[in-house]
Amino acid sequence: MPESGAPDFSIWSCPLPLVGYPNIVMGHGGGGKLGNELVEHLFLPAFRNPALENLGDAAVFELGPGKLAMSTDSFVVQPLFFPGGSIGALAVNGTVNDLAVSGAEPKYLSASFILEEGFPLAQLAAVVQAMADAAATAGVRIVTGDTKVVERGHGDGCYINTSGVGLLRPGVNVGPHRAQPGDVVLVSGTIGDHGMAIMSVREGLEFESQIRSDCAALNGMIAVVLKAAGEAVHAMRDPTRGGLASTLNEIATSSNVGIEIDETTLPVRLEVQSACELLGLDPVYVANEGKAVFFVAPETADRVLEVLRANPLGRDAARIGHVTAQHKRMLVARTSIGGNRVIPTQIGEQLPRIC
Amino acid sequence: MKYLTEFRNGEIAQRMAREIAQVATRPWKIMEVCGGQTHSIIRNGIDQMLPAGIEMVHGPGCPVCVTPLELIDKALAIAAQPGVIFCSFGDMLRVPGTDADLFQIKGAGGDVRVVYSPLDAVELAAKNLDRQVVFFGVGFETTAPANAMSVHLAKRRGIKNFSLLVSHVLVPPAIEAIMSSPGNKVQAFLAAGHVCSVMGYWEYPPLAEKYGIPIIVTGFEPLDLLDGIRRAVVQLEAGQHEVENAYARVVTFEGNRAAQKLLAEVFEVTDRAWRGIGVIPKSGWRLNDAYRAFDAEERFQISGIHTEESALCHSGDVLRGAIKPAECPAFGKECTPRHPLGATMVSSEGACAAYFNYGRFLSADELAGAGAALSGAAHG
Repeated sequence: MPESGAPDFSIWSCPLPLVGYPNIVMGHGGGGKLGNELVEHLFLPAFRNPALENLGDAAVFELGPGKLAMSTDSFVVQPLFFPGGSIGALAVNGTVNDLAVSGAEPKYLSASFILEEGFPLAQLAAVVQAMADAAATAGVRIVTGDTKVVERGHGDGCYINTSGVGLLRPGVNVGPHRAQPGDVVLVSGTIGDHGMAIMSVREGLEFESQIRSDCAALNGMIAVVLKAAGEAVHAMRDPTRGGLASTLNEIATSSNVGIEIDETTLPVRLEVQSACELLGLDPVYVANEGKAVFFVAPETADRVLEVLRANPLGRDAARIGHVTAQHKRMLVARTSIGGNRVIPTQIGEQLPRIC
Repeated sequence: MKYLTEFRNGEIAQRMAREIAQVATRPWKIMEVCGGQTHSIIRNGIDQMLPAGIEMVHGPGCPVCVTPLELIDKALAIAAQPGVIFCSFGDMLRVPGTDADLFQIKGAGGDVRVVYSPLDAVELAAKNLDRQVVFFGVGFETTAPANAMSVHLAKRRGIKNFSLLVSHVLVPPAIEAIMSSPGNKVQAFLAAGHVCSVMGYWEYPPLAEKYGIPIIVTGFEPLDLLDGIRRAVVQLEAGQHEVENAYARVVTFEGNRAAQKLLAEVFEVTDRAWRGIGVIPKSGWRLNDAYRAFDAEERFQISGIHTEESALCHSGDVLRGAIKPAECPAFGKECTPRHPLGATMVSSEGACAAYFNYGRFLSADELAGAGAALSGAAHG
């Protein structure tokens, strides 16, 4: 992926022989020769691993003793390629992160593609390569998959579903219901980067910016945190859709506690803050794809912060608040001028205001 | 962020709040006219910083809230027509009409799009000559120049498939209507800074004189608002009723002459219905004869609209400042942001939604406790 969003397909060197079909046709999902060619020339070489190479109806693998965690997520982002990532990277990292914040070590993923008739094969190849790269970085294997094709106009180019399984780490007991009064709330870095990167390239809204998506696999960073703090980590979440505010509200509700944050401590990039000001949005509601929130026992907070900041993905980690027994199920923020406000869960999408 | 960060200084804000507390010897009710100001007051917790007697009344300056139901229903009918691209600012999409909102029209197959400028809608029309592109032009004097420019450009460029569904409303007649309404409790106004950046504030001295009220032209950042409130309280305590400009870095007495010229070229004054309030004479703008051809109401001739406001909803009394949102019997029961009965519960700057989201669950003690705990954490 070049730095600026859309990939340069002219230099693409995929192993796929474009046998007269530069674009996806209905036959690619028909279970016949065309579909087989996609598997053989695109998916297999990109994802290559023993479990996949069997090409059975199901992948078969060992997973060791202990509890399993399983998660699934579908990806429909537009545009497919954006500054700092692509739908392929998101599809792998999203599921990896859901497993990681549940305290599991992500291991194996499935990948299902719903492609629209006419979708350029070169773009599919770029998406698949991004998935392969992300899986390699995260240390997970894509072991089974499926491809369906829908008629032109019935899809948006490319949708991806990934499911994943992981092995629960021993000695870890995290869950959205386990936040306790006194817990310190930490965030692993700047908020709102992904959402604003997408906004900056969305049709009809393009603005020039240096904002890049934070799309990243967090399992490595989380492993280090858990190693350092173990059971002192009570809850973890990756604040994706709905942003930090939605995640904190969910945890406040699940744990039946109140959460207080100090707005002056929220890490927000200046360009994200500026773009939010222009568009009338609040960064606490803007999506992230490479950040985690930690609820940790107060005596270990400094240690966790230190460990986070030593990790490249946690450089800008910050202590942003704490859990209280007051105002249960609510998120209250101390504003930058010293007032207080309640930050509610949004009803739907955040809508730009008229004036 | 230059020109923003300076006006969000916490120390100065605390000092200004203390000054207000020192000056105020009696309770006062001050109305901020503009929804953007309401949003900033709530967003920054300014209302929580004021002395108990100083009450901010959230005025009718939220265009989403005061756009009449009939026009929303017209918008829904037009947006549902095949071949129409219906463009709107984002927060109009969730405003309920009698039976649906624009989101539901979109879900049912209508081509409804959020744009950030009416000029984007004109471009859309130029690129889609086989479609009718309609922009929902609501708002106060602030949004009017860009809407005027859209039809001005469409006419000049000969783009005939563009039209404007207009419901512009004006601030001075609204102030007049509030001051002359029975049971009015408002004692001073913070005039809307952005409206005044377009119109200037030459319209206000006669109002201040007639009703004996201080009117302070006020901006939107925390320090702007605190300064506006402080000046209003100082005048109220001294028994004065002057017009002051507390937003001089943006607003001049005359306003933006070029914008005013364009507005005069495109619009004419008309009576306007305000949702929840009723018809206020000469309180809005519509397209004048020269631009009538671009009026979506003329072009689409929607008829047979049957509008029905919820009988339970008291949003009109809320908009006039006659009651607090929580005093409405439907508040938090039949009417919530999830199932709004009136527009004041829909818009993020609507008074009812603001109360529901930000104030309903917290007693003053709890908020104070939260604040104290936080400052303890910040220092510890």
